[in-house]
Amino acid sequence: MSIIDGLNKNFENRVRLGLMSVLMVNDWVDFTDMKELLNVTDGNLASHSSALEKVEYIEVKKEFVGKKPRTSYRVTQKGRETFQQHLKALEKLLAS
Amino acid sequence: MNQNPYDQLKEIRSLMERSTRFVSLSGWTGVMAGVYSLIGASAAYYVIFKMNFPADDLPQRAEKYDPGRAVNYNYSHGLDDLLSDKNLLLAGIAILVILFSAGTALYQSSVKARMQGVRLWNSTTRRLFVQLIIPLAAGGIFCIALLFYGNAGLIAPAMLVFYGLALLNGSKYTLKEFHSLALCEIALGLISLFFIGYGLYFWAIGFGILHIIYGILMQKRYK
Repeated sequence: MSIIDGLNKNFENRVRLGLMSVLMVNDWVDFTDMKELLNVTDGNLASHSSALEKVEYIEVKKEFVGKKPRTSYRVTQKGRETFQQHLKALEKLLAS
Repeated sequence: MNQNPYDQLKEIRSLMERSTRFVSLSGWTGVMAGVYSLIGASAAYYVIFKMNFPADDLPQRAEKYDPGRAVNYNYSHGLDDLLSDKNLLLAGIAILVILFSAGTALYQSSVKARMQGVRLWNSTTRRLFVQLIIPLAAGGIFCIALLFYGNAGLIAPAMLVFYGLALLNGSKYTLKEFHSLALCEIALGLISLFFIGYGLYFWAIGFGILHIIYGILMQKRYK
């Protein structure tokens, strides 16, 4: 068995890893809060979040607050399980 | 990604912390709030024990302000008593202490939040605010009712207990020290229930001394 078994390619990026970390411990998190937490640009966050949405690790909600559009994210069950596996793999890697 | 797993895990943990807890708090806020409270308590001491209120001297009213009387069943006390000069003065002092403390907290936190590059008003602070304000508002109304029935002696214990419960409720959304501070405030409030008449001293310890101690502690720890 290879040592990197369980490490997920989708999380091999600082922004995606950060996005998932934040969503694991929060319910809906909106775009602005997320951008600030991860310290990334709009475009950067948008491209990584849509990549995670495509593999159904996160759910994206778009709504209007007054006249302003607001985008929020939430982790899906699939995303939660995958991320936990990824964390376990990281820990295993560290222990070896 | 070229990061080793140790750094990755560290960053994951830090993000989980930062996204759920409000940490842009300065220890100085605690110290200043404690100082305002001590000044307020001294002013209240002067109002309660040194100032003369003609209304207190009327025989039928004299006993009402006896702080040693925890429970006063004379329900004829009402709005007039609630809005007596003394109560209004004390309420004014309390409001000043709260305003100064809240103002300092707001200012210090906004400075620190800017340094950390986060907005002051985000979902974490919103959550913290809601958790704090519900027990605090309940406590405020509770204390007004106590005054309404002339039970001034129970006000300090009630303020300490409700404040402690509010902190306990909010502690999961902010620095972990708040948890033990909350427990201290609750314990102090409960103890003071059995020393009616010394409420002001307990109040000064709970809102003054404890805030200063925790403020210094947090200033040292989180710089």
